[in-house]
Parts: sequence; structure tokens; C-alpha cells
Amino acid sequence: MTRIGVITFPGTLDDVDAARAVTYSGAEAVALWHADADLRDVDAVVVPGGFSYGDYLRAGAIAAQAPVMRSVIERARLGMPVLGICNGFQILCEAGLLPGALIRNASLRFICRDQWLRVENTSTAWSSRFEDGAEILVPMKNAEGCFVASDAVLDELEGEGRVVFRYVGEPPAQGNPNGALRDIAGISSPDGRIVGLMPHPEHAIDPLTGPTDDGLGLFYSVLDAIGVSA
Amino acid sequence: MARVAVDVVIKPEILDPQGKAILAALGRSGHAGIAAVRQGKHFDLEVDDSVTDADLEEIAGTLLANPVIETWTVTRLVDAR
Repeated sequence: MTRIGVITFPGTLDDVDAARAVTYSGAEAVALWHADADLRDVDAVVVPGGFSYGDYLRAGAIAAQAPVMRSVIERARLGMPVLGICNGFQILCEAGLLPGALIRNASLRFICRDQWLRVENTSTAWSSRFEDGAEILVPMKNAEGCFVASDAVLDELEGEGRVVFRYVGEPPAQGNPNGALRDIAGISSPDGRIVGLMPHPEHAIDPLTGPTDDGLGLFYSVLDAIGVSA
Repeated sequence: MARVAVDVVIKPEILDPQGKAILAALGRSGHAGIAAVRQGKHFDLEVDDSVTDADLEEIAGTLLANPVIETWTVTRLVDAR
């Protein structure tokens, strides 16, 4: 069975839901601990949301230096799929696995709502199960979700199709919630194996407990990317 | 031992909503003439003599500041002892 690691840092909140999403998709969720560099033979890693290390210094900055992340960076550079959700996205940016940074929401408010996103690239390891241009509804909850990068980096992301998820809909109820440049909700590495996004697909895997089951698509996608494993 | 100050500020081209909120509060509290506020962080380090300026620059540029969004200055403080 495909093994997908879910990291827990001090202050992580969404590791349980991330593991549940992995289980729903049919893979085995493997708990990874921040202080342990051993990735336990996983095929992919989810870096979940929360407030690792209390957001000290900058959101994700301390977690990016944790022993487990050294191993994740090493394996990710060799092509292991990695998904960063919310604080996990911030951690991947701080670790240098994804470009740009997440800063305080333009409104200065913590925003918690169900958010419409458009899937802009369906060829990444975490989005292949979606149809081109699909719009999905997943929860979003953050205070530092405003994606920024230099114009050159933004142009590169757009030009290479690395904007994977974009905020859509009419403001104020929908649309760009936080001032993110070019409405960017999620991006990928050049090879599409590493994806980070601010909204929470792991909270939208069952209509019983979330707005939709749209988020499951990310977790099914990575199973295809990993291939059939024993 | 020496004392070192590292000051980190958000780059001018990056939106600083906290600075803007502080500016608005200054206006409301009757402090006229303030044109702009950028919020940053100040780090006070105690380092021994083996720590070079290059080391400090690396510490500031890789952990204390995020070069994507922030600029920083490193200042060795004169010891008052």
C-alpha cells in the first residue's frame, strides 16, 4: 500500500484531518515527527496546517529548519511528491522548496470561510484528477495567506503553468480573500511534484464534515503520480 | 563577547498592512505629520569573538529575515563595559 507521511510539528493542528484524507484516498497515513529525520519509507509527504512553533519569527520559519524537513528537502529534490497546506505551504516557501512568501492578510483579519478555487494546472502530482478549469470549494482559514513574490517570479510561475490554484468568484463573499498577488492560492515546483496552497483540501473530503468532497482529488492525484506500489 | 543588533524591515515594495494600521492609529490619536510607518523586528544577539561579520550576514539573511520579503541591517554595538 502506498505510504504517505503526515508531519506533526509542535503547534500543528491539521495532521489528524490530513491523515484522514490520506486514508480516505486508499493510502496508508504514516505519522512523521518534526524532531525525527527518518521518513519511514514514505512515498510522499503532506506538511499540514496549524501554527508550528507558534508562528515564532515568521510563519513556518522555525519548522523549515526542523530535522524532518532536512530529510523532506533532500527527498523532494529527488522527486518525492510533497503537499504543503496552509502553514505547510508557508513552511515549504521558508524551506526554499517553493518560491515566494506568505504575509499578513491585507485586511489584517484572520479569515475563515469556504472558498472557491479554480484548478489552473491539472498536470501536477497533486492535481491530475481534476478536469481543466475545474472549480472546487474547500475551507480556508488563515491570517497570513497573502502570497507575494517579485514580478519576475510571478511571471515565471504564470509562464510555466505553476499557478495550480487561483481564488475565484465575486468579492467580498468570494474572490481573492487576502490580497494575494494575481489571486494565487497555490503553486507548484517546476516539475509539479511539490505543491503548496493556503486553503484546506483535507477538510473537504466528505460532505458530512466539510462543504464538499472536492479536496479528495489532491490525494487521489498523488496516488497516480506515485504509481501502483505494492 | 559582543553585542550585535539585527534589524529587519519589510521591503518597500511589499504591502505592510500592519504599518498602515499603525499609521492610521497615529492619525486618530492626534499625531500629525507622520507620513509612513513600516513595521519590523529587532534582534539583540550576544556573540563570541569567533563569530565573523560573514557569519552574522548569513544568520540574518537565512533565518532572521526572509530575503523574499524583508531587508535587514547588521550592526555591531559598542560594548559599554
